[in-house]
Amino acid sequence: MNEKIQALKQSFQQELENAKSSEAVEKLRVAYLGKKGAVTELLKELKDVAGEQKKEMGQHINQLKRQVEEKIAEQVEKIRAEEEEAQIAAAEQYDVTLPVSEEVGSYHPITLVQRELEEIFASMGFTIEDFKEIVTDYECFEAVNIPKDHPARDMQDTYYLENGQLLKTHTSAAQNAIMRKYGAPLRAIFPGRCFRNEATDACHENTFFQMEGIMIDKNISISNLIYFMKTMLSQVFQRDINVRLRPGFFPFVEPGFEMDISCLICGGEGCPSCKNSGWLELCPCGMIHPNVLKAGGIDPEEYTGFAFGLGLTRLVMMKYGVKDIRDLNSGNLKALSQFTHE
Amino acid sequence: MLISMNWIGDFVDLSGLDLEALIHRFTLSTAEVEEVFHMGSDLKDVVIGKILSVENHPDSKKLHLLKVDGGDKVYDVVCGAPNVREGLLVPFVKEGGSVAGMEIKRATIAGFESQGMCCSEKELGISADHSGLMELPEDAPVGKDITEEYAIRDIVFEVDNKSLTNRPDLWGHYGIAREFSALTGRELKPLETVALDQFENLPPIPIQVEDSQLCYRYTGLKVRNIQKKVSPVDMRIRLFYCGTRAINLLADLTNYLMLEMGQPMHAFDCAKVDCIEVKRFQQPFLFTTLDGEERKVDEDTLMICSKGTPVAIAGVMGGLDSEIEENTDSLLLESANFDGVSIRRASTRLGLRTDASMRYEKTLDPEMTALAIGRFLKHLLNIDPGAQVISSLTDVYKKRYPEISLNFDKSYVDRYTGIDIDNEEILATLNALGFEAVCRDGQFSVKVPSWRATKDVTIKADIIEEITRIYGYDNFLVSTTLSPLAPEKRSAGNKSDNFAKDILVQQYHLHEVHSYIWWDSKKCKELGILPEENIHLLNAQTPDHEVLRNNMGPTLLSFVHENRAFAPDFGIFEIGRVVEGKKENGECLERKKLGIVLYSRQRSEKELYFALLAMVKALGRQIKRTELSFSPAKPVHAWQHPRNTASVSAFGEELGWVCTVHPAVCGKINKKAVVVAAQLDMDAFAALPALDVVYREPSKFPGIDIDLSLVLPQGKIFADLEPAWSKALEGPLTGVSLIDSFQLENGRSLTLRFAFSSQEKTLSKEEVQPLVDEIVESWRAQGISLRA
Repeated sequence: MNEKIQALKQSFQQELENAKSSEAVEKLRVAYLGKKGAVTELLKELKDVAGEQKKEMGQHINQLKRQVEEKIAEQVEKIRAEEEEAQIAAAEQYDVTLPVSEEVGSYHPITLVQRELEEIFASMGFTIEDFKEIVTDYECFEAVNIPKDHPARDMQDTYYLENGQLLKTHTSAAQNAIMRKYGAPLRAIFPGRCFRNEATDACHENTFFQMEGIMIDKNISISNLIYFMKTMLSQVFQRDINVRLRPGFFPFVEPGFEMDISCLICGGEGCPSCKNSGWLELCPCGMIHPNVLKAGGIDPEEYTGFAFGLGLTRLVMMKYGVKDIRDLNSGNLKALSQFTHE
Repeated sequence: MLISMNWIGDFVDLSGLDLEALIHRFTLSTAEVEEVFHMGSDLKDVVIGKILSVENHPDSKKLHLLKVDGGDKVYDVVCGAPNVREGLLVPFVKEGGSVAGMEIKRATIAGFESQGMCCSEKELGISADHSGLMELPEDAPVGKDITEEYAIRDIVFEVDNKSLTNRPDLWGHYGIAREFSALTGRELKPLETVALDQFENLPPIPIQVEDSQLCYRYTGLKVRNIQKKVSPVDMRIRLFYCGTRAINLLADLTNYLMLEMGQPMHAFDCAKVDCIEVKRFQQPFLFTTLDGEERKVDEDTLMICSKGTPVAIAGVMGGLDSEIEENTDSLLLESANFDGVSIRRASTRLGLRTDASMRYEKTLDPEMTALAIGRFLKHLLNIDPGAQVISSLTDVYKKRYPEISLNFDKSYVDRYTGIDIDNEEILATLNALGFEAVCRDGQFSVKVPSWRATKDVTIKADIIEEITRIYGYDNFLVSTTLSPLAPEKRSAGNKSDNFAKDILVQQYHLHEVHSYIWWDSKKCKELGILPEENIHLLNAQTPDHEVLRNNMGPTLLSFVHENRAFAPDFGIFEIGRVVEGKKENGECLERKKLGIVLYSRQRSEKELYFALLAMVKALGRQIKRTELSFSPAKPVHAWQHPRNTASVSAFGEELGWVCTVHPAVCGKINKKAVVVAAQLDMDAFAALPALDVVYREPSKFPGIDIDLSLVLPQGKIFADLEPAWSKALEGPLTGVSLIDSFQLENGRSLTLRFAFSSQEKTLSKEEVQPLVDEIVESWRAQGISLRA
């Protein structure tokens, strides 16, 4: 019995050295430890061994079995490690610098700038309102203090419809409805598409976007207006912006202003972009005309407010350096697909 | 409009002040200055020279050899001007001096030395006349610097006309001078005029104003024996600097008065016009204006007539026949006031915008007319003392503006400004601007001057502007508001729009575009799409853009067509407005729509269509947690595919459509590509309730899946299967998914996986079998059987 054990031990040692693949090792395992394996067979023979010896032989065989198991496990691990290394060594090293085709959509640049502004205004507690594009004469003109015979109402500026309505010429057309909807106090912005009946060229479009804002409360003052515009525009342009007000005439405000900002290109030193003045004309604004408040159901003796209008389309052109305004409504994806994210 | 600071200096003494800084303040306080010009600044060593002798050049017919007395010595000059003659006084640039931006050096011209140059008016920069040398009066002091003799040096600035639209008083130098007076605190001198009441006893001019609605005031005066024909040099320089051409004394004087006071005037030749009627004609007629153009004048246009014959288009332009001519020595002077709107409209209709009409349309102060005549006469008599007035001042004043008084207190001003401007400063500003203002016990009462009361200043908020602009917005302390906080509201539409854009761009890689609210019928035609009838614009730029769009499809399809080379597979979308006809009250039924169009040369039409369906479903699920459902529908538009058009709905409400594009239209876009489109009504979509998440605790027990394969016969659709399991969904059925689908001869084979699970226990097949049987039974009743 003992010899058998020794012989088995030796033959295992030899065969193990020859088992170089995981398949060969598995074969070896079956040959020794399988149901009909040599070690298993030996264990079966143990029942014929008598008395004292039986216990001793049993221990020997179990020791052999453990050794075989351990050696096989070692060999398996060794081969696995070799195979893994070989696999890694054979693996293709990818060229990460190859061009990759990425699929990304794009927002219209108006959407991007509009969102940026909306976020700023929302953070300052402004309601964001959506408004229709086809309005009545009352909404567009009458309610914002533009009298019947004002030149803005002539056919050459306004698109009129056969039913007497018109395409809104400015976002101010929403003022009345919004005042009536919320009453005072009120902070609201209302971005929207506007229409002017004019021939298009690189600088003129008949369809463009504005964003208007109003703030109404007791004791809203010119001083507040300047503070607010400066704060808001510094946010928009991500730097400290100087503003200046000049008198400007718009029927829906009194006093009315043209607001200039320090030139973004030269910082106020004077350059061709600002015609050497150091200032860029940016947006009309002013204190809401008492007639407009009244038309909106707000008592001008109790409340005052300011209003401002930003040319969204113009801001887009400034921000991205778009030279031809017509690109924006062209649907040309060579132009528009560049605006991939916020 | 061009403003001369020399002219301003006639009315307010600005000596010692930095004029450029003042002009800058004018921009900040009154109106935008576009450009500042330094007139005469390029002249150096230009003196009054006297031509002592003229000799012909031996080799040139044009050139002459002159000896010119420059005051300090005699200069040899070679000159090509035609009007050289002995004894003539001319502007003379000495060698080393400069004119018109060039330095005059000693030079040899055609073999002779020239030590200076004689100048034309154009070279001096004081007119456009380059026909010959400027001829100076015989008594001009030889050797004197020309800029000391004449007001050639001047600062002229151009004001943006648009920033003056609401200020009729600023259309003349005197009004601008008033602003400078208020800005500097220096006194505004009164206008010097001739008192006109001295002519009371002379015969009046027959003036008849038949149309008192359109003619507020008509004032006239006749003058004769005017001998001078040419305006003085300084007057001509001012006219030229302010953009007007000098013509003859009388025409120049009317222009001068208009530039000075803002009051347009017209001088009729008294020999041709000696009485006036102001009226409209019943019929349109042809009339030749003094620019020689024959114009059609309609019955709405106000005319000035004399004995029934039209002689001028009121407020716009005079007629050729009654024009002042070289030999005119007597005139009938018109100084009138017309309705601003009617002048603007007439000028638009005629396509003739003049300096006069531009001023009248701003609503001028009618109080000015008589004063302007007094001022005209003052200038005329200064120049030509022999002129003689031969009529009384005839003044037909039909329509006066009411006087306006405004009352407010200091707290009203403080509330508007947010700062504290003291009472004295308020009073000083208002009075300097011509408002008669007093303050008693903190109560201001203000009388608006006539030149501001025609429309500009009518309410007390208007006074705030006067106070603050002169105070200077740059001087404002800025401060934040003290408004109470309130939650920010946001309209539902805007929120859904933004959400939808994010999903379409970020998840589905679509490109957002913007188009127009009208059809482009030309582009539609290229795709074989007929624009559908809808509301028309009355005044489109081209007839192609006349009809408003009633859906998003065609504009997007055109874009896809134009971008077909952009990529083999792409999609675009727009959230925009359409008009779906009229509402009951006649107003447009405007709706906000999301339009999507996908284009592919790589995917099959079916793949693309189902990708679109998935997109639309995702919008419903992600924005509203709502299952949007599709059902086959008849096409609404001719360009949609007759078989593959479906409606989209939620909670039984129709929200839009999805479709593949009609092969004819698709073929026009690209024969090798497929195109699908969808439209969702964003107004209706935004109004859908956004459902909350209904949280289901994850079951701790494994569920069981049952697969059923069935044959969907021709004519049946998947939706027909659904009612069969709606009841089971209330029980352990948690979901149904499509595992497999293929076409059979007699229909379509579908394999559906039914997932069952329970919160309480592991379900066995036996437990769910009754539910499965019910489903199968329900199908069988519809003629749908399981596949063998």
